[in-house]
Amino acid sequence: MINQYETVFILTPVLSDSQVKESVEKYEQLIKENGGEIIQKQSWGLKKLAYPIQKKNTGFYFLYEFKASSDFIDKLTVLFKRDERVIRNLVVKLNKHAIAYSEKKRNLVKETAKTE
Amino acid sequence: MAQNQSEIRYLTPPSVEVRKKKYCRFRKSGIKYIDYKDPEFLKKFLNEQGKILPRRITGTSIKYQKKVSVAIKRARHLALLPYVTDLLK
Repeated sequence: MINQYETVFILTPVLSDSQVKESVEKYEQLIKENGGEIIQKQSWGLKKLAYPIQKKNTGFYFLYEFKASSDFIDKLTVLFKRDERVIRNLVVKLNKHAIAYSEKKRNLVKETAKTE
Repeated sequence: MAQNQSEIRYLTPPSVEVRKKKYCRFRKSGIKYIDYKDPEFLKKFLNEQGKILPRRITGTSIKYQKKVSVAIKRARHLALLPYVTDLLK
């Protein structure tokens, strides 16, 4: 069953730029290898956390929106949990309203980029 | 009797409290999906301690209150919103 999912994960701030890139690419590859299709990716950069997690006050936020089969999601969450670099993760399935919302938002961003 | 009533004079005009009718902002503006990635919007539904405000104060309909609460809980998990604080706003 192919569904549309969205995942946000936070990487520890102790990583170097190359290490961050490496782990992000690892997950990107993983999605692609398992028959997933990445719809959008966003990097929010180093953000302040609302409360400390594992004694860290900041973290690198990444957002991925992708289409994948439901079996893959179990695999992905297990890998997120095992990865020491990921301090938080959230995977949610998008319903039709959520898909419409994210599409609208993406188009808005595109239009503003064009006018600027 | 009706005449007598109209003759009653008040020193200070009686203040009649006109309460504004509450409404569900999601129904009114047609929002179907509540984004958990937008903490600034979700802060409208929190008090100063970061607790979720009840429906009787915000006027949100039950359908959307449920969705607001789910969105806030997701945002808290991702450290976009605090679980407990003081002086959030």
